[in-house]
Amino acid sequence: MEQQFDTSKIGMWLFLVTEVLTFGGLFAGFGLMQNRYPQEFVEAHEKLKRLAGATNTVVLLVSSFTAVMAVLMARTNQGKKCARYLWMTVGLAGVFMCVKAYEYTADFQEGLFPGKYYSHHGDLIAGSHGYATFFSFYFMMTGLHGLHVLIGMFLMGWLAIRAKRGEFSDKYYTPVDLVALFWHLVDLIWIYLFPLYYLIT
Amino acid sequence: MSTHTEHAENPKTEAVKYVATLFVLLILTAITVGASYINFGSGNVVIALAIATVKATIVGLIFMHLLHDKPVNAVIAIAGFIFLGIFLMFDFIDVDSRSNPQPINLHAPPAAAAPAAGAPAAPAPAADQRKE
Repeated sequence: MEQQFDTSKIGMWLFLVTEVLTFGGLFAGFGLMQNRYPQEFVEAHEKLKRLAGATNTVVLLVSSFTAVMAVLMARTNQGKKCARYLWMTVGLAGVFMCVKAYEYTADFQEGLFPGKYYSHHGDLIAGSHGYATFFSFYFMMTGLHGLHVLIGMFLMGWLAIRAKRGEFSDKYYTPVDLVALFWHLVDLIWIYLFPLYYLIT
Repeated sequence: MSTHTEHAENPKTEAVKYVATLFVLLILTAITVGASYINFGSGNVVIALAIATVKATIVGLIFMHLLHDKPVNAVIAIAGFIFLGIFLMFDFIDVDSRSNPQPINLHAPPAAAAPAAGAPAAPAPAADQRKE
């Protein structure tokens, strides 16, 4: 059993590395375009809602904490508490998505769309592709991250139901541990997304 | 082996450790947001990324259990970041070594230089035609 657990965990870590490299590629692209359109990127980044981004950072950090508590409860045979912590994590992920939806709506109302759909008026460098490029990266990366959040919510909801049924114990808690690892990675990616998009000028 | 040592630990102390970790992470978030309102010039990027890396390391070591886990998981994680580092490093060496990125270089040089720039371009289409 323990060998199976260890093997699953190695597999999960390999998957997480591929995730890191996927987002790493996007970060590299963002960095290159930032180098090409420095002024446009500074101007565009100021249109993002820093407070909403900071709120979401706090929400995700707390959700990472509830996820790790769920693992602790699972491996100390406290299924009910494990389920409760998992639902709390799902709830916090829901809050994250709501804040994101609010941000996206506000962006769209200002005409801040990705690529050729960009229709914001009054930019300092008229006709530059830099603004649209910034928002292409912004929506691509936060969108892909948001998709991960949704997948995480689905997985943790499923595990919460199983935990309530008492399927996990100190002898078997592999799914809780692996999904928690995935969830921490989602948090970890946001830890980099937040300063790079919202904070750096 | 490591899972057994984890079992031996008191769940209460584990929980306290996680709460403390969360507080450290929240404080670092507050610092990074605060620092972004102060202008350190190019130092802002360094500060923001340094704090993000500290936070990511804490999440990895404590929340993702790398500190007490089997070393093989940490090796995989570190290897991933090393390869990401190599990738990013060569990207930025490439950008740094160019005097000016793309279209700006393609503008025709002013005045007298213009015909000279046009001349070497002329035989190129001919060469293409010969291939056909």
